[in-house]
Amino acid sequence: MQMHAPPNDLIALIAAKALWMRRTAFEMVYKAQLGHPGGDFSAIDVLATLYFGVMRYDPARPDWPQRDRFIMSKGHATGALYTCLCAAGYFPEGWLSTYMQPRSMLNGHPNRNYLPGVETNTGPLGHGFPVAVGVAIAGQLSGSDHRTFVLTGDGEQQEGSNWEAAMVAGHRKLNHLTLIIDRNRLQQGAGTEETSGLDPLDEKYAAFGWDVTMIDGHDYTALLAALTAPVGTRPRCVIANTTKGKGVSFMENQASWHHGVPTAEQFAQALKELV
Amino acid sequence: MSHTAPNTAGYADCRNAWASTIEALAEADPRICVVVNDSVGSSKLGGFQKKFPARTINVGIAEQVMVGVGAGLANGGQIPFVSAASCFITGRALEQVKADIAYANFNVKLVGQSSGVAYGELGATHHSIEDFAWLRLLTNITVISPSDPWETAEAVKWAAAHEGPVYLRRLSRMPVPALDVPNRVFRPGKAEVVRAGNDAAIIACGTTVHLAVAAADLLRQEGISARVLNMATINPIDEEALHAAAATGAIVTVEEASVRGGLGGAVAEFTAAHRPVPVERVGFPGFVPTGSVDWLFTEFGLTGEGIASAARRALARV
Repeated sequence: MQMHAPPNDLIALIAAKALWMRRTAFEMVYKAQLGHPGGDFSAIDVLATLYFGVMRYDPARPDWPQRDRFIMSKGHATGALYTCLCAAGYFPEGWLSTYMQPRSMLNGHPNRNYLPGVETNTGPLGHGFPVAVGVAIAGQLSGSDHRTFVLTGDGEQQEGSNWEAAMVAGHRKLNHLTLIIDRNRLQQGAGTEETSGLDPLDEKYAAFGWDVTMIDGHDYTALLAALTAPVGTRPRCVIANTTKGKGVSFMENQASWHHGVPTAEQFAQALKELV
Repeated sequence: MSHTAPNTAGYADCRNAWASTIEALAEADPRICVVVNDSVGSSKLGGFQKKFPARTINVGIAEQVMVGVGAGLANGGQIPFVSAASCFITGRALEQVKADIAYANFNVKLVGQSSGVAYGELGATHHSIEDFAWLRLLTNITVISPSDPWETAEAVKWAAAHEGPVYLRRLSRMPVPALDVPNRVFRPGKAEVVRAGNDAAIIACGTTVHLAVAAADLLRQEGISARVLNMATINPIDEEALHAAAATGAIVTVEEASVRGGLGGAVAEFTAAHRPVPVERVGFPGFVPTGSVDWLFTEFGLTGEGIASAARRALARV
């Protein structure tokens, strides 16, 4: 595959968006004293790349039939999703301060009926991927060329419904579907490999009939290359090797930051690092 | 217990009405599609598949992705009818039904085939007698259990036109007669008065409505005038009709389902809260033994005489 280096201004734009998302998401979690910042931070570079360098959408028309879809299967990472949708223009920044407050449209897990830009309700793991398969089949039926991107956690891959979805997508050659696995190697309680091992994920997806790419999930150039590669004949799985808590020294690679919340000192420290 | 088989001439398997209706709908609307779990045959969708192969999405034996795909198809502007044996589409995929269909409020139609004890001999794993209770309490889902071929066709047409999730708890494969009601109009959410009467009310749905009529005929011979209501829509339930039913003083509920949490549960909830009257619930008490549909119906009082007895018990408690 011929790879062209993306323009530097695009990389800079994505990096700036991702930085704002990290700072804003951490502030939301700090204020709410609730959230899943570790998984937010491992996924934010993927989301920023998708929304500011890859996907076709119009925030003024969230129901536009031809839009590319992004489905956040790891629905607990709302710090990443909400800051991204806000940055993409789906709703005003002021809404973010209501995160998890009573009757907020910014639930702990996303609800499409509350918030424009949310494609489906997720939260229980293993739900977004099957729905994404349905969206991709709908594209085939209607002749639309929209693309469907779905992000799952890596621990989430332990849910059997993902493998039902992988089998259907591989069988039907859903080439407009891209699965991104946020491979931070940590789940809520421990490492994935010590809990119920996932490796070799690439070989598993290849065996299910997918094209598989493994990249550094914090490298915008690699993300852009993987996510803008021409549509082939099979669904694409991008295994994004990431770091849970990426960007904040005391959070990185700590399972306890799955749903850890910062103290005032930690919050201040994180903002110093996120520049 | 002696049991005389009823004359079943003219009885029909309602799956045929479902199949011809969904094919006609798909002819007229390219957004109509079906999603199945290797259930083309048992869903009577062979004809549909022949006419609309691309719109027949068979995901294999995989109910979680089957229901999730339904939600995704709705996201993509299609009108999916997700059709599988009731026991699996509800029980196996219950969290998908809750989160992906009800909570997300997608325009998906879930079609439960061979519900109740249609698979009588196969045992409790294949009986679907919990589905009313499970789905009735999910917000946004309209739950409909049609009583005969005509109502099956009308309910499928209505579901296709309605924007929102629907569970069509279709008939058991057990054939049923056409209900004898003049000038029928299908009104979702509304009880249908099949027999007028003011001494007691028998509230039935699905395969049991014609049995409730038989019970009313028996009771009439004893001078008891029993109203028969076809409560095809279990959720949301017709509270106006329940108020009026309670005003008769005694209620019997009848369903090819568990007496806990389903139609009987809904009626008991309502009367306890608003107008306490004796309620006798006819149905299954929980897991039931293996046996033919006919045997199970007879054994658990889902017969004209069994329902009439329940009405007598309710009246004795007044």
